[in-house]
Amino acid sequence: MARLMTGAEIVLECLIREKVDTFFGYPGGVTLPLYDALYDSKIRHILVKHEQNACFAAQGYARATGKVGVCCATSGPGATNLITALVDALMDSIPVVAITGQVSTKLIGSDAFQEADTFGITRPCTKHNYMVKNLAELPRIIHEAFHIASSGRPGPVLVDIPKDVFQAQGHYTPVTSVHLPGYKFSMDGHAGQIRRAAQMVWEAERPMVYAGGGILHSEASKELREFVEFADIPSVCTLMGLGAMPSEHPNYISMPGMHGSYAANMALTESDLLICLGVRFDDRVTGRLAAFAPHARIIHVDIDPAEISKNRVADIPIVGDAKRVIEKITENLKELAPEMRAKNSSARKAWWKQVRDWKAEHPLVPEFSTEEIKPQHLMAEIDRISGGNAIVSSDVGQHQMWCAQLIRFNEPRLWINSGGLGSMGFGLPAAIGAQFAQPDKLVFAVCGDGGFQMSIPELGTIANNNLPVKIVIMNNGYLGMVRQWQELFYKNRLSSVLLEGFPDPEKLAGAYGFTGKTVTKPSELRAALQAAVDHPGPYLLNVMVTQFENVYPMVPAGGAINEMVLAPPTPVGV
Amino acid sequence: MLQLISLLVENKPGALMRVTGVLAARGYNIESLTVARTLDPELSRMSITVDVEPSQCAQVIKQINKLINVLQATDLTEAPAVRRELVLVRVRSAKEDRTTILKEADIFGARAVESSVDGFALEATGDSEKMDAFIRVIERYGDIEVTRSGMVAVSMEPKKLKLAPPVRKEYLEAQEVTTE
Ligand SMILES: Cc1ncc(C[n+]2csc(CCOP(=O)(O)OP(=O)(O)O)c2C)c(N)n1
Ligand SMILES: [Mg+2]
Repeated sequence: MARLMTGAEIVLECLIREKVDTFFGYPGGVTLPLYDALYDSKIRHILVKHEQNACFAAQGYARATGKVGVCCATSGPGATNLITALVDALMDSIPVVAITGQVSTKLIGSDAFQEADTFGITRPCTKHNYMVKNLAELPRIIHEAFHIASSGRPGPVLVDIPKDVFQAQGHYTPVTSVHLPGYKFSMDGHAGQIRRAAQMVWEAERPMVYAGGGILHSEASKELREFVEFADIPSVCTLMGLGAMPSEHPNYISMPGMHGSYAANMALTESDLLICLGVRFDDRVTGRLAAFAPHARIIHVDIDPAEISKNRVADIPIVGDAKRVIEKITENLKELAPEMRAKNSSARKAWWKQVRDWKAEHPLVPEFSTEEIKPQHLMAEIDRISGGNAIVSSDVGQHQMWCAQLIRFNEPRLWINSGGLGSMGFGLPAAIGAQFAQPDKLVFAVCGDGGFQMSIPELGTIANNNLPVKIVIMNNGYLGMVRQWQELFYKNRLSSVLLEGFPDPEKLAGAYGFTGKTVTKPSELRAALQAAVDHPGPYLLNVMVTQFENVYPMVPAGGAINEMVLAPPTPVGV
Repeated sequence: MLQLISLLVENKPGALMRVTGVLAARGYNIESLTVARTLDPELSRMSITVDVEPSQCAQVIKQINKLINVLQATDLTEAPAVRRELVLVRVRSAKEDRTTILKEADIFGARAVESSVDGFALEATGDSEKMDAFIRVIERYGDIEVTRSGMVAVSMEPKKLKLAPPVRKEYLEAQEVTTE
């Protein structure tokens, strides 16, 4: 069954076998053979405007579907342009395969034109990386890359392919298995530990579920819901886990952490048992670690053993796939229920009352004004139109936090954001990838006026493909999140955070051939947003919001999460 | 604290860089590192001595174990293991010292592997403290140059090597080549 093919053809053949229908990239000298083969291929290649955005778009595709996102760049500057987005994927455990061209094998190490040590540079930016030395190992490496990217704790894998390997001809024999003896991960979790965890859940008086991105990666939201419902435990989802529990589920509180709700942070602090599922105790969640959940015992379920007891020592560590482990914990809970359920029922009732009281005391509710559009008002309107069903791809900053606080998500993979790395410039290209992956879904790209200007070139990609992405700029005229910190912690000495000269949105979108509008009046916001959504095709809506609004609640850096600042102490003018 | 890590690693380009990268990224200084292939030529054994924050020892082992090319990472700092170093010393000495040097070497179990009119090349093995002492003694006889191998170690606990089996990819099977 071996056939004579070029390396470039073999790459595309392997992609097709991996069920890749779309990938994002930017060509160059050493990838010419690949792009030539692509000319005859059924795989769709989306030409973006910058390689960083090819990888962000691949991430958007992966985050919206769970499938591996694929991007491609040429050697040297093409490859180095990928770096930010690769690290971003690594931090958020997003399955991405990046293919880079490299100078021909005989030129490697000679400082040839557009040569860079991509293999060396991307080693700490990826879950694993490869340099292909000859045609024979090419199919094996491509399939290994997909396997590594998508299994265990997912992540980005880069394959660097020299030009002469793309050009070489050889007999292609399909690869049907991968063997990586050092790549072990356990899926099932230790049965004894699972049993003990279930016991602990029944014994607890103030249990809490702290769920994160791992739930999405293991497609465990159904199992999570069943577990939480059966044990009747309140739950919080981290920034990476939003949508793992439906936002309006009675057992769901909100996001915890630096900008989490009062109820979520108080509940974590007072809990006596945290059931931690696919989370990594990030500092943005825990605040001052020593003061985090001081009364709680910890059950920690994660597929990555290195996450367990990294920041907080686990009482019951369970290394395994969240889906399988949660399912087993629920099974055990059911077995134990007849003898154990009634035991703490009054304490549990009191706990639920306490949690509901906290929720009622300081709910996360949007603010409105008749004079100006409050940022929270904007998010409430997006939420109203979405009804928990739209994809919201956010950039990084204040708007991201308000989105996370105020927009509902009924299911996983609707909320797309750069959590671990917090990369500005993420929102728009990720929305592009998500829209390609989910052509029938309503996709919002919600960006700050700062981050949007990092990804303006991709308006071209949106226009070229007539993608119906609704780009919403939350325009506060500032690098708002940095301004907030300067106001609160640097005596309001606003240094290099004013964004002057935002481009005229009508002209900007118009230059790319689509519609752009600005809205300034609160009374016009709803209709303006509706018009954007009703419009077939892309739309740029620039929403002028209050300039000096701050995100609250807020846990100051290094503070304990129960010591939130709930509202501005005194109004600050400039 | 000095942590002694023994690794079984696939003999592949970049494997060493991945391991040292985990340590360098955390700002840990590597005191010594040896690599050589094992009975199976596709695998290498590494022994690393590294100055690690005591609270981070377990995390370092876990992070190294996560590397795809690493088959096994073991902390031998406290474990039953044999730890040795090889030292080569070239000593230039006066004629009248030559027999004394050889006697001193003998006490340390060292031997002369090369001899010339100017002096000797001596070879010794042992634990690090003993090698320090050996070097201090020989130093007194003249100009020396020293090359140490760094710690090599073998665990005395047979640890079962857990390896991932091949994974069949059903979806890659039974498909025609699609490219024309
Ligand atoms: C690439 C990058 N550079 C710098 C930062 C630091 N940073 C975090 S939020 C922020 C301000 C973002 O401003 P804007 O996009 O207008 O959003 P806003 O906070 O105003 O909603 C900055 C500069 C970052 N996260 N990413
Ligand atoms: Mg802004």
